[in-house]
Amino acid sequence: MTAAPHSDDDNLPGGPPELLGEFGEFGGRYVAETLMPAVEELARAWPKAWADYTFVDEYRAILRDYVGRPTPLTEARRLPEAVGGGRIFLKREDLNHTGAHKINNCIGQVLLARRLGKTRIIAETGAGQHGVATATACAYFGMPCTVYMGAEDVSRQALNVVRMRLLGAEVRPVTSGSATLKDAINAALRDWVASVADTHYVIGSVMGPDPYPLMVRELQRVIGDEARAQILDRIGRLPDAAVACVGGGSNAMGLFAAFVPDAAVQLFGVEATGEGLQGRHAATMAKGRIGVFHGMRSLVLQTDDGQLLEAHSISAGLDYPGIGPEHAHLHATGRARYLGISDREALAATELLARTEGIIPALETAHAIAALPAVIRELGPEAVVIVNVSGRGDKDMHTVMTHLDPATLTLIEEAERGRKAARAAHQAAAGHEGEEALIVDGHELRAERKEGA
Amino acid sequence: MSAGVDRVTDAFARARAENRAALVGYLTGFDPDRNGSLERIFAACEGGLDVLELGVPFSDPTADGPTIQAAMTRALASGATLSGALALAAEIRRRFELPIVLFSYANPLISYGPERLSRETAEAGADALLVVDLPPEHAEVLRGPASARGLGWVGLVAPTTTPARRARVLAGSSGFVYAVSLTGVTGAPLDPSDPALHAGLATLRGASSLPIVVGFGVRKAEDVRALAGHADGVVVGSALVEAGQRGPAALGELVKSLRGGTLRA
Repeated sequence: MTAAPHSDDDNLPGGPPELLGEFGEFGGRYVAETLMPAVEELARAWPKAWADYTFVDEYRAILRDYVGRPTPLTEARRLPEAVGGGRIFLKREDLNHTGAHKINNCIGQVLLARRLGKTRIIAETGAGQHGVATATACAYFGMPCTVYMGAEDVSRQALNVVRMRLLGAEVRPVTSGSATLKDAINAALRDWVASVADTHYVIGSVMGPDPYPLMVRELQRVIGDEARAQILDRIGRLPDAAVACVGGGSNAMGLFAAFVPDAAVQLFGVEATGEGLQGRHAATMAKGRIGVFHGMRSLVLQTDDGQLLEAHSISAGLDYPGIGPEHAHLHATGRARYLGISDREALAATELLARTEGIIPALETAHAIAALPAVIRELGPEAVVIVNVSGRGDKDMHTVMTHLDPATLTLIEEAERGRKAARAAHQAAAGHEGEEALIVDGHELRAERKEGA
Repeated sequence: MSAGVDRVTDAFARARAENRAALVGYLTGFDPDRNGSLERIFAACEGGLDVLELGVPFSDPTADGPTIQAAMTRALASGATLSGALALAAEIRRRFELPIVLFSYANPLISYGPERLSRETAEAGADALLVVDLPPEHAEVLRGPASARGLGWVGLVAPTTTPARRARVLAGSSGFVYAVSLTGVTGAPLDPSDPALHAGLATLRGASSLPIVVGFGVRKAEDVRALAGHADGVVVGSALVEAGQRGPAALGELVKSLRGGTLRA
């Protein structure tokens, strides 16, 4: 077990890294020899930095003054009625600068990179949220930044590409393999193999070779540490459960880290079952097998022959065929349980949280919301539950519009037709039955009018 | 007739007796398809390879450059599997005596089962394993069963490797040691006359009695010539894969020309 001691503001969190960062039988450093010295350097430097008050104070000051921490713990007012009861507290990571929890990790890692004398940052991104957060941290510190992004995702998430470029980052589309997140990570690893002398790779989740899973958890545990203190302050006791969505698993590990030692707090991770377990999905816990991938030993979606499978989720942030090794460990030991939520259920939960609480969650987050009825059913209507609202939904509006609500599209199209018709009518009334009306109504009308004239 | 790690050792001894570096050639099994890859491998062996590195495709080859990535993608698309690659090795063994080193990544090999992999590798007549993402810290899971079957284990030393790590890699290696010539992926540009590279090879030779084989970025006979005096063997990979795309004849020609570069002055 890798449970870190509790921390308060003046107490440094985190235990010593285990041998090779193993979480039970998971973890490790499965990378090419060229990268091993850099990974060892990180593994030595990280605990020193995290035990150094100068470093931690600077990290916390930036989280406070720039990121906007602490984030609120909002008690849901109308959501409980819709999910079978409970007192539900929403940890508002959506209110961070850049709109998600990702920035907590990026600030810490870029700060560490500076301390190591690295002069260039690389990162991978799927939906673009980690890319935007890394680009933001690099702009803040004045570091050059290159973000690898699958070519598929570049076209699906064009707005985030614009954001990254606006922030001064170079975005390199990756066309190899399936041209999605896993291939972006492959490309970033290849860059790092060649640039390791001056470059730090900011991995975006609790995955990859040791010390990344441990380091990213510690940089995200501010979520759980705050939530734990907030709930104790608010209701004078610990929650019955903590719930978070899991792709690689960083927002969940950040929340769980503070509660792992509290045996009475049940931990629920929520993974994406996509179109269903018989179809395309990203359900690593339900369908994965132990494997070695992206530098770690963990559960992996793979063929019988050890080739990686493509994951699918409507939420690009959960669309990953692996999972952080500490989650695999929490799963294997039974300390945390993992539920599955489909694309369709996540879309419905997006709408539910929007309408009951006035909060539009990211599609990733919506998976955690959608799991609440099952959690409340099990724990009872008196249960106190903290759910991590890992990010806001602005980035997903296009997906929501095309999937959730075709009625919105119809509404927009009707409005557009109405606007044009009104304009045509207005022009006709004003006596210029000209081009505008004719173009809208087509050539036949033009011909008719000519004949009639 | 020797097999396993002994066959590897003998191949380097023969080359040394002829005062030349051994020519080690990499090709991906099932690229472009099963029979196409066999034709190409046969042509390369006939052209004069001393050691064959047979690539077992993996979906996510993070240590490889674009050429070998694409070869592995083509191979998987044409139905490559690990057992298929072992069957290829057996067919190659029926026609050629040269040592065969299976080159791959940890996941497909471990997923197959270390015991089963080692047994079937030995039965197929392949002689050693080279697993790029299995550093000495994690190697035992495959190295142990492989050694028990008499197979060699090829460790890698990179330009970034510290002396302490180098000792660990060497302690776990048998057959030969792979000296990565550059800080980068396979097929990246290399200056084969770089004095720092030569110095690194000399240091490595001083630290081990195993044959030292240098690879990554070696493309032409001149490159091989520039390195032949500094190592016991030279690996050519991406350039062979590219020549193979022009057909078995072009590949055979390139191997002949590379072989000409192995003679030491």
